[in-house]
Amino acid sequence: MAVGTRERPPAGASRGGFLGYRGRERPAGGFELWSWLFMRVSGVVLLVLAVGHVLIMHVLDEGVDRVDFGFVATRWASPFWRTWDWALLVLALVHGINGLRVVVQDYVRWPGARFAVNMGFYVIGFLLFVLGTVVVFTFDPSKWPGAV
Amino acid sequence: LAHRITGIAVILFLFAHVVDTAVVGWGPEAYNRVTTVYHNWVVKLLELGLVAAVLYHAINGVKIMVFDFWPSTTRHMKPISAASTLLFLAGMAPITWLMGKAILESAGVL
Repeated sequence: MAVGTRERPPAGASRGGFLGYRGRERPAGGFELWSWLFMRVSGVVLLVLAVGHVLIMHVLDEGVDRVDFGFVATRWASPFWRTWDWALLVLALVHGINGLRVVVQDYVRWPGARFAVNMGFYVIGFLLFVLGTVVVFTFDPSKWPGAV
Repeated sequence: LAHRITGIAVILFLFAHVVDTAVVGWGPEAYNRVTTVYHNWVVKLLELGLVAAVLYHAINGVKIMVFDFWPSTTRHMKPISAASTLLFLAGMAPITWLMGKAILESAGVL
């Protein structure tokens, strides 16, 4: 089996059950150790990017009710928010899809199915990365005069 | 397990969310049609669930890192877990209040 696909006990079984879940054991080395570390480092960054994004966009100041084309145009006039949203896009996609990979490792046992499921997620992730990146960086509201 | 459930919920929403946001690239008419979906009260209820999932995953993630990087703290696993649950509930209280008002307004109750 390839690196990183070695058998592990099923989720939660040895890690304290439902509420006492302690995350995965620190891997011994190689790709899995970097993946483990990435999840923690990106997690700290996402703590600011994702929680901040959710509070600003969904909770405070009327939440999503105020979000429309004009709102996005005004917000993305600032390079700060474009950078924020792009960083959030990339980190959330990689963090989320790597998380799915770890979950798939526990629940999808047959290597062929595991490979197929993971590949599906990687392809979706890559396409969304491309789509999101193109939109964040090429969006130009002046193409629709009078819309803002 | 709760950490996984909330994580999966958030990434699945993200898949849809990247696409709906990308619609801004097709102009105001298309995008504003998309955002009206988010003004529906049932969708807003799901949105409250999304915010709860993100907050839970974030706080629980910090808890996991505390145990990972300072293993001696696992001796106090119970109080630390209780504290993180309390922090989550304390955060959700004002969020539920604010978003709840918006939900009721959209539903025509308020």
